Amino acid sequence: MTTYIFKRLLEAIPTMLLLIIISFLLMHAAPGGPFTSEKAVPAQVLANLNAKYGLDQPLWRQVANYVWGIVAHFDFGPSFIYKDRTVNEVIAQGFPVTLQYGLASFVIAVIAGVTLGVVAALKHNTGIDYAAVATATAAHAMPNFVLAPLLVLVFTLWLGWLPGGGWEGGELKYMVMPVIALSTSFMASIARITRSSMLEVLHSNFIRTAVAKGLPMRKVILKHALKPAMMPVISYLGPAFVTMITGSVIVDMYFSTGGIGRSFVDAALNRDYSVMLGVTILVGALTILFNLVVDILYAWIDPRIRY
Amino acid sequence: MALLDVKDLRVAFKTADGVVNAVNGINLSLQRGQTLGIVGESGSGKSQLAFAIMGLLARNGTATGSVAFDGLQILNARAEVINPIRANGIAMIFQDPMTSMNPYLRVSDQMAEVLVHHKGMSMTDAVAECVRMLDAVRIPDAKSRVRLYPHEFSGGMRQRVMIAMALLCKPDLLIADEPTTALDVTVQAQIMRLLRDLQRDLGMATILITHDLGVVAGFCEEVIVMYGGQVMEQSPVDPLFAAPSHPYTRGLLRAIPRVDQLGEELASIPGTPPNMMRAPKGCPFAPRCEAAVAACTDQLNALTEFAPSRKRACNRTVEELE
Repeated sequence: MTTYIFKRLLEAIPTMLLLIIISFLLMHAAPGGPFTSEKAVPAQVLANLNAKYGLDQPLWRQVANYVWGIVAHFDFGPSFIYKDRTVNEVIAQGFPVTLQYGLASFVIAVIAGVTLGVVAALKHNTGIDYAAVATATAAHAMPNFVLAPLLVLVFTLWLGWLPGGGWEGGELKYMVMPVIALSTSFMASIARITRSSMLEVLHSNFIRTAVAKGLPMRKVILKHALKPAMMPVISYLGPAFVTMITGSVIVDMYFSTGGIGRSFVDAALNRDYSVMLGVTILVGALTILFNLVVDILYAWIDPRIRY
Repeated sequence: MALLDVKDLRVAFKTADGVVNAVNGINLSLQRGQTLGIVGESGSGKSQLAFAIMGLLARNGTATGSVAFDGLQILNARAEVINPIRANGIAMIFQDPMTSMNPYLRVSDQMAEVLVHHKGMSMTDAVAECVRMLDAVRIPDAKSRVRLYPHEFSGGMRQRVMIAMALLCKPDLLIADEPTTALDVTVQAQIMRLLRDLQRDLGMATILITHDLGVVAGFCEEVIVMYGGQVMEQSPVDPLFAAPSHPYTRGLLRAIPRVDQLGEELASIPGTPPNMMRAPKGCPFAPRCEAAVAACTDQLNALTEFAPSRKRACNRTVEELE
């Protein structure tokens, strides 16, 4: 197992390099540049700016410099817009926020989703099942750009219970609405996957064997059905986890939480190429990492999978 | 008092296409230590009969009638009533050992939980008992193999594990539902010999469900032949083989390949079993029966005794069939 993990981590290195190079080239291929603006910039000024940021060098050189900066110094370069900030600083400021409400959303989505899915499966084709499926479908169909303003309308404007935005270091009352807005649709997906997978497992022969042993239903579910039913959920959770902890543009915009979702959009609108690249690479690296985590969990849960 | 007393048991399944009547009024009774074979083709309702007794019917299935185990009514019983009977009073072995064990748990966990739950044993004692039972079903090196996962056993070995698991609580009744169907022929013989030895040693009553009359001949005292969810013939095993009284039983016996008739084409019963969603009104076997008369499509005589401890359900008399 240790060798497998080591091997997979080694394999991740070329993947990461490819990710960095391709992202860089795509960004480079986009028309315009960081200093393109509506009013004409004197040619001398533009040349100086390009020279300062190394944009006058041949493309292969730019790529090599960028990759070397990351590999050797873990340096993603300066921001093109904020003259005094590096990409590392921009991410270091936004990522902890996103990580915090993302993790909270993840935990809530998993607990609520799995519970809802299991209950629906156990009460298959009853009112409870239909209610759970209806809830999950509605939650899934509700885009968070609709849910977020609705939450603000109800909890801030009507009830006055929660502040309509801000972060304040992640105080609970600032976190409630971002977490609801982010976790709802994930919760719904997890519930639907859990339900269908649990139904399939409940119909399998080994569950019949477990029932025939005279075990109470609670024990049959917890000991025999839950693990196999979780397998498809886990493969969904890997990518979902990355999406959640790298935040949501919508959440950052509506609730002014200041996470990297916001940095990413600002960067895109302001042609801050290096910040966009930095965030892209962060998401890519996390995706590679959590796909590995999913594979390891699979092997850990299912004894038939050995690497 | 009989150990198991089944009266007018009926099983029906609601499906999207209509109601399937899988079992249609079965009566049977079994004494302690007695061995009963239930024989029939696929779809004759024999497995559903067993599932109904154990309370293992699929969610869309309903059972009516009466099943008394040791005087206790267990058909459709609440979990608090049936769970102490399962594994303890009645244990079951299933058809497919490859899928009947939980692939995610060690054999020791799956076996020991029976003893921990029913007998209140400690995990250590329970595992020790499991090893003894695995020895009894002749699994070599049981002490270390008990820690393995099901996929690390061959099919025959898995069925031995299933048998060991079923016998842990020394049940009064064992229901074996086609225990050898999914296994190689050579392994089948080993498993049947093992079951036979264990049945004798433990003196437990056994219901053997199979489509293989040959297996019944070597194992059971009494045989029930089922077709279309009904009993066609019920008889002690020797007279059944010597003088089968029902056209269906005769067809089944003719279809067994014999070593002394090499080279001849195998006999078969023409046609296929009835669709139990539109079960025939009269005898379910009538469309395939060579002795059928017009009346057979409308009604079927009830199961009646025609010789000492032998019963048959047929509109034609035994004499007429000769």
